[in-house]
Amino acid sequence: MPSVGTKAGTNAIAAPTDDKRWRVVDATMRRHGYRPAALIEALHSVQESFGCLDEPGLQYVAASLGVPLSRVFGVATFYHYFSLKPQGDHTCVVCTGTACYIKESPALLRAIEAEFGIANGETTPDGSLSLLTARCLGTCGLAPAAVLDGDVAGRLQPAELLERLHQLVGAAKEVAAR
Amino acid sequence: MTPEELSELAVAERQRLDRLAHQINVCTATACHASGSEAIKTRLTAEVRERGISGQCLIRGVGCRGLCTNGPMVSVEPQGVLYQHVTADDAPALLDSLASEPVSHIQAPTDDPFYTRQHRIVLEHAGEIDPEQITEYIAVGGYQALAKALYEMSPADVVDELTTSGLRGRGGAGFPTGLKWRTVAKALSDRKFVICNGDEGDPGAFMDRSVLESDPHRVLEGMAIAAYAVGAHEGFLYVRAEYPLAIKRLTTAIRQARQRNLLGDAILGTPFTFHVEIRLGAGAFVCGEETALIASIEGERGSPRPRPPYPAEVGLWGRPTLINNVETLANIAPIIKNGGAWFAGIGTEKSKGTKVFALTGQVKNTGLIEVPMGISLREIVFDIGGGVPEGRSFKAVQTGGPSGGCIPDELLDSSVDYESLTRLGSIMGSGGMIVMDNTSSMVEVARYFMEFSMTESCGKCIPCRVGTAEMHGILTRFCEKRATERDLALLEQLCDLTRHASLCGLGQSAPNPILSTLRYFKQEYLAALESNQPEEVGAAAEEGRS
Ligand SMILES: Cc1cc2nc3c(=O)[nH]c(=O)nc-3n(C[C@H](O)[C@H](O)[C@H](O)COP(=O)(O)O)c2cc1C
Ligand code: SF4
Ligand code: FES
Ligand code: FES
Repeated sequence: MPSVGTKAGTNAIAAPTDDKRWRVVDATMRRHGYRPAALIEALHSVQESFGCLDEPGLQYVAASLGVPLSRVFGVATFYHYFSLKPQGDHTCVVCTGTACYIKESPALLRAIEAEFGIANGETTPDGSLSLLTARCLGTCGLAPAAVLDGDVAGRLQPAELLERLHQLVGAAKEVAAR
Repeated sequence: MTPEELSELAVAERQRLDRLAHQINVCTATACHASGSEAIKTRLTAEVRERGISGQCLIRGVGCRGLCTNGPMVSVEPQGVLYQHVTADDAPALLDSLASEPVSHIQAPTDDPFYTRQHRIVLEHAGEIDPEQITEYIAVGGYQALAKALYEMSPADVVDELTTSGLRGRGGAGFPTGLKWRTVAKALSDRKFVICNGDEGDPGAFMDRSVLESDPHRVLEGMAIAAYAVGAHEGFLYVRAEYPLAIKRLTTAIRQARQRNLLGDAILGTPFTFHVEIRLGAGAFVCGEETALIASIEGERGSPRPRPPYPAEVGLWGRPTLINNVETLANIAPIIKNGGAWFAGIGTEKSKGTKVFALTGQVKNTGLIEVPMGISLREIVFDIGGGVPEGRSFKAVQTGGPSGGCIPDELLDSSVDYESLTRLGSIMGSGGMIVMDNTSSMVEVARYFMEFSMTESCGKCIPCRVGTAEMHGILTRFCEKRATERDLALLEQLCDLTRHASLCGLGQSAPNPILSTLRYFKQEYLAALESNQPEEVGAAAEEGRS
């Protein structure tokens, strides 16, 4: 039964690299006594630290918790929140929840696709912008809404959203050029 | 802390607040935060310090007041002045006005039906207290119900009180809470669990999020009382990872409650222990279903399993487990404090108490509302919601999200209770309520929800996995006006099949949006049939070619 688990520490194996962020992941797994049940918490921790779940990360979690890699992969792909691919430098999450849908959020998606050539789940070839969708951001009062690099923006018109995205991406390019 | 110390602390806190000339509450919940409320709070705090009135004027961040469209919202107590669309630049004028008349250009009416027609029990503290300070919750009587349960009631008394109250689960199905608690209490096991379901997957709803952000201790207190009643010592709060603010506030709340010995070991000086942990959901709607949620806490893919056995008997790690929704648990403390009979006095014969709804879509006042059961849909949409915006006309209101249905104009006088809504072909659901106007196509709406169910189907059973995809395909043909009579017949068959042959609630209720729109708006489906399309389209194309 998963609740029995292994004694804390016995599964502690060396991290893939000496990147300090692995310590955060280790701390999460240790807090849960390296039990297989800690799998989802561990994956959250990897994604929060590294931005996505890449193969070394999945392998490390699998070995540490004594869970077959296939199961780790199965869990990681089952949940929409987990991403196996790295995101672009900037992210735009458009809400496709009911309230935003009724207030024309599909038009926002179409505008981004036309302007930047990316559909839901895609990143521009230069890696500057990723487009994602979410179901209800909890700001339905401001529908249609989107999250730009972590900040919620509400009552968006397509033109305004595109302008803000150009600002985000453009600002980054200027910094890079300097 | 003992119950006496709890009461003393409450009195001391209240006296401290009463000595203040003004308490300025700035809404810092998600929507107002997005409209810049942090800047307002910072500016007010700085101004108050500069003016040297920190001793008489408290600036605090509070949870959602409900009318998020008009945010950022600020209120001044005890004067009872409410402001809307506030900006940081309004701060000086707002403070200047404390001694005189309110600032008129941002003042919001407090006698609007939006406020006066509501009945707040679950949300009574939302917008009134700082959710990050346990002392504020204690000052308004928080944890008194837990003390009462532990010192004056046996676990069986608590279950009886719940049964008397008539409370039913707010997570969607409306199962009697007292009965569920009794089943878990009776189950024989040395280890039991209490789980708070905060997965809130309905794609147009944010009731639970608001409760967790505005009044997290209320939910913790409810969980602790539940644990005492059923004999559990461990609990889990399953919250969506997409709710960072709710998670942060819950984490703070759990820490503070532990420090004051209101959670953890020897709660309030009794032998009762209860430990709570947070578990993050990872964006799968089906994980709101109780058996899938349990699998997820166990670190597995969130696939439902057949019931029975129900979690009340065989739940988390095979142990008896009580699963309740956030809003259900937020109702517990007031019921224990005021008695089950008090609660049973509100609402209808079979649906007691109040229900929180996220009122959105094409309606003037979008936001979060709490209404007594038995209120009519019309009162909600037209009185509280203020009706649809100028130049549009009301068409339907959708309740229950992807498991619910659309209710047309002529049925708006129906009462909001579990049985009535089910009779209309919709469901109470968790509390999403979306108003649609004459510009919305009902077939499009049905397709929208079917796309949701199709994407969120866990794929474990064929009727749901294939059925939702097939129905989505047919609805797409309707939306593109190339459906046939055969499609219509097939759609009806598929609804019936998916509904009766699916394993869990997701598949069983996925046809509801189609069934309800077929029932009330069938003409829209008929008008979209290929055979009903004007021939000119083809003819015009021919002409263009020649
Ligand atoms: C597909 C599906 C999704 C569900 N999502 C939720 C949810 O997000 N929140 C919730 O409280 N209950 C949800 N439920 C209902 C739960 O299975 C369960 O009935 C509920 O949490 C019990 O709590 P209550 O009795 O307090 O309502 C869902 C059910 C199904 C079938
Ligand atoms: S009905 Fe759908 S969601 Fe439920 S178990 Fe079957 S496939 Fe999974
Ligand atoms: S539906 Fe978009 S924020 Fe709720
Ligand atoms: S978030 Fe401020 S009123 Fe709702």
